[in-house]
Amino acid sequence: MAKNAPKIGVYICHCGINIAQTVDVKAVAEYAATLPNVVVARDYMYMCSDPGQDLIKKDIKEIGLTRVVVAACSPRMHEPTFRGAVFGAGMNPYLYEMCNIREQCSWVHVDKAEATAKAKDLIRSAVARASLLEPLEDRYADVTKAVMVVGAGIAGIQAALDIAEAGHKVYLVEREPSIGGHMAQLDKTFPTLDCSACILTPKMVDVSRHPNVELLTLSTVKKVSGFVGNFTVTVHQKARYVDVKQCTACGDCAKVCPQRFPNEFDLGLATRSAIYQPFPQAVPAAYCRNDQQCLGSLPLACGKCLQACEKKCIDFDQKDIVRDYEVGAIVIATGTDVFDATTLPEFGYGKYPDVLTSLEFERLCSAGGPTQGHIVRISDGEEPKDVVFIHCVGSRDKAVGNEYCSRVCCMFIIKQAHLLKDKMPDTNVTSYYMDIRAYGKGFEEFYDRVREEGVRFKRGKPSEIFRRKGKLVVRVDDTLLGKVIEHETDMVVLGVGLVPSEGYRELAQTLKLSLSSDRFFLEAHPKLRPVDTNIDGVYLAGCAQGPKDIPDTVAQAKGAASSAIALLNRGKVKVDPIVADINEDVCSSCHICEALCPYQALIYDEHKHTMTVNQILCKGCGVCPSACPSAAITLKHFTSAQIDAQLEALLERAGSSEEGAMQEPVKEKVEA
Amino acid sequence: MAEFNPTIIGFACNWCCYAGADLAGTSRMKYPPNLRLIRVMCSGRIDPQFILKAFKEGADGIFIGGCHPGDCHYVSGNYKAEKRIDLLKGLLAGLSNEPERLELHWVSATEGQIFANEVTSFTERIRKLGPLALDAPAPVQQDAPPEKQTPVPAAEPVVPPPAEDSGRKPDLTHLKAVPEAGQFASRIPQFKIPDGA
Repeated sequence: MAKNAPKIGVYICHCGINIAQTVDVKAVAEYAATLPNVVVARDYMYMCSDPGQDLIKKDIKEIGLTRVVVAACSPRMHEPTFRGAVFGAGMNPYLYEMCNIREQCSWVHVDKAEATAKAKDLIRSAVARASLLEPLEDRYADVTKAVMVVGAGIAGIQAALDIAEAGHKVYLVEREPSIGGHMAQLDKTFPTLDCSACILTPKMVDVSRHPNVELLTLSTVKKVSGFVGNFTVTVHQKARYVDVKQCTACGDCAKVCPQRFPNEFDLGLATRSAIYQPFPQAVPAAYCRNDQQCLGSLPLACGKCLQACEKKCIDFDQKDIVRDYEVGAIVIATGTDVFDATTLPEFGYGKYPDVLTSLEFERLCSAGGPTQGHIVRISDGEEPKDVVFIHCVGSRDKAVGNEYCSRVCCMFIIKQAHLLKDKMPDTNVTSYYMDIRAYGKGFEEFYDRVREEGVRFKRGKPSEIFRRKGKLVVRVDDTLLGKVIEHETDMVVLGVGLVPSEGYRELAQTLKLSLSSDRFFLEAHPKLRPVDTNIDGVYLAGCAQGPKDIPDTVAQAKGAASSAIALLNRGKVKVDPIVADINEDVCSSCHICEALCPYQALIYDEHKHTMTVNQILCKGCGVCPSACPSAAITLKHFTSAQIDAQLEALLERAGSSEEGAMQEPVKEKVEA
Repeated sequence: MAEFNPTIIGFACNWCCYAGADLAGTSRMKYPPNLRLIRVMCSGRIDPQFILKAFKEGADGIFIGGCHPGDCHYVSGNYKAEKRIDLLKGLLAGLSNEPERLELHWVSATEGQIFANEVTSFTERIRKLGPLALDAPAPVQQDAPPEKQTPVPAAEPVVPPPAEDSGRKPDLTHLKAVPEAGQFASRIPQFKIPDGA
C-alpha cells in the first residue's frame, strides 16, 4: 500500500434482518476487506446505534482511518448521523461515504445471491469514491429573524401566534380578504360541539393585533429565492380599495351598492354587494371592493359608495403592491378545498337544489348563515322531513383520483346529523357510509351518542340520486341487507372529501416542494419529520400536508412554529460546502457556464479574465462542470474523478466473467 | 445460450429520482437487480462523458432519472439533462445504432412504483437487445458467452474520439498551447497555460 494511500474502514449494517435477510452481510464484509485501501471491514447488527457508531469512532482513533464507508440505509436517512459520528472522532465529515444497500438493494430484490453480488458492487463503488473524497469545510450563514406564514386559516393563525409569541417577526399571508379559513365557516366542531366561531374569532383578533405579526390579506406568494435562513419572498398584494386602518366596517357602502353577487363565504347560498365584508367577524374588519364586479367611480356609472362613506376610506386609485420580504423560514399552511361534487354527476349536485355539500349544510346550520340556522330546503324553503347523508363523496374513490380517506368527513357528517336531530327531532336522518372512521379522542363515544339519538347508519354507497314525483330518490345497495333499496327523501347532503387548496401546484413549483401522490405537500419523512419538507427552512402545517381535523391541525401548526423558532433562535445555519469551484488556470472564459447557471453564481472577472464562482449563490447542482469544455469547473464532493471512479468500480466485472472476477486473496484484515 | 444478464448503470438526482428509488425500497417493491445507481445532486450534473465512459467500460444500458419538468430542485437542471441526453442519443445512434440503450425518465420522490416499473421494463428491453457491441456495426452475431462481447480493448479505438467531441465541442484553439486534446478529456486539469492567456 502506498504511503499516502487513504486508510478506509468499511462498516456493513445488518439492520436487524432488513439487510441481512437478502444480503449475505458476512460475505460482503469479507469481500470488502479485500478492496484496495481498505484496512478494516466489519459488520454489525445496527450501525446507527450508539455501539455501532462507537465501533467507527474507535477504529478512527486506534487504526487511524482516514475514510469511512458505511453500507446501510439510504444517505437520505442516516448520512447526517454518520457524518456526525466521524466528526465526533475528529475526522472531516465529508470524508465519509454512505452506501445504500437497504432501500436500493435488500428491500427491492429477492434472490440472495444476486442481492449480495449487487451489494458487493455498490460497496466497491463506494470505496473507490471514498478514496478520492476530499475534506470540505462547512460554512455558516446568519438567519433572518422573521418567518413568513402562507395561509391564515387555523393552522396559519396558530403558527403565526406561536412564532410571534417567541419574539420573532411574522408575515401572515392570506389570499382572501379575511383570515380565518374554512374553520370560520363551521357552525360547531366535533365531537365536543364547541362553537367554531367562538373559539376561532378570538385567535383571529389576537393574531391581527399582535405587534410582531404583519397581516397581508389579498396576497399571494409569487416568487421565492434564497436558502434556509435567508429566503426572499415576493408577495403580490391585490388592492383592497378600502383603507384598512380607517374603515370601521359600518357597512354604509354596501347598503348603497346596486350590484349583487353570490357570497363566497356562504358558498353562494346568499348574496353580497361588490364592496363587501366576507363575514361579520372578518379580520381585518374592513370592507373590500372587487374591482371586477364594481361598476366604477364615475358618477354616471355609479360611485354611490364613495358618497356613502363618511370617513372617506374608499380609494379607487389604490394599486396592487408587489414587495419582497426577507425571512428565515417559511410555514406553508395553505389548507384545503372541498371536493367539487359536480365531478360526480350521478349524485345530481348542481342539478337538484336540495342536494347539498356538507359545507353548504354547515352554513345552513350556522346561526350566522344565510338562514340564521334554520335548516330548510333550498328549493321551497320548507323544513325537510327526511334527510340523507352520503359519506365518502370524492374520497376513497379511485375513479375521481382521490384514493385517500379525507379523515374528517365521517365525524363531520355524524356531527351534522346530530345538529339536525337537535334542531328538528322529528326528522328522519339516514347516513349511508362505507366505513365509519371514528378514530379520535371522544369520536367513538360521540358516534354512539348520535346513533342513540335516532340517526340511522346504513352501510352502502349510493349509486344514483334522481327525482321522482317531486321527491329525491337515493338508490343504494344496502350491503348489510344485501339488497338494492330506493330511499325517498327531501334533502341529500354529500359528505365531500378534502382536496388540496387551489393553487397548490403553482406554490409547489415556486418553492420547489414535492407533492405526495394525493397531491398534498410531501413531508420530509412520513413518521419522523411530519412538519419538515425537502427544503430546509420550509415547514408544513395543517391540511396543506394532508386532510386532518382541527386538533391535529393545531398540533402540527405548533410543531411547524417550534421548528421555525428553533431555526431562528439558533441564529446560524450551516451552508452546504458542496459548490462549484473554478480552476482559473484552465478556464478559457468561454462564458458557457454563465448562461447555464440558474442562480447567476458564475461571474466573469474582468481583471483575471476568468469566470469565478460566488460560493454563497451557488447551490451545487453541478450543471456547469458537466458543460465546461475545458473541464475547468469542479463540483466539490461530486467531482468527475469521483464519479468516474464509481463507474469504473461498478463496471469492473462487466468485461470479465461474473463470478470468476471475484478475487479471493484475503489479506490479513481485521474481522469483527 | 444462457439468458443474458445486462449490466445497467443508473444516474439519479438526489431530490426526485433517488428519493423515488428509496420509496420503492421502503414500500418493498421489487425490480431486477441489474441496476447500479449513482447518486448525483441534479440530473444536470450528469456529464455526457460519464455516459460514454459507462458504455465504454461495459454498461449495456443507462437509466437516468430526474425531476419532472417544472419540479427541478435547481430550477432547470432537468431540462439541461434532457437536452444533453437527446443530443447524446443521436451520437449513440451513430455508434451502435441503439440509442434506446440510454433512457431518461422523470421520477418524482413519491413515484416509487413508477421507478420500479420503469427499471423493470428498461432492464427487459436491454435484455432483449443483448450485450452492447460498440465495435460491431451489425448487431450481435458472436456465439461467445455474452460477457465476452464487450471487449474493452476493441471498444477503445471507437469510443474516445466521440467522448472528446460530445459535450465539449472544444473551441480550444484560442487557448494558446494545448498540449493535447486528450488532456481535457481525461479531466486532470493540472497543466498550466504557459503564458497568461
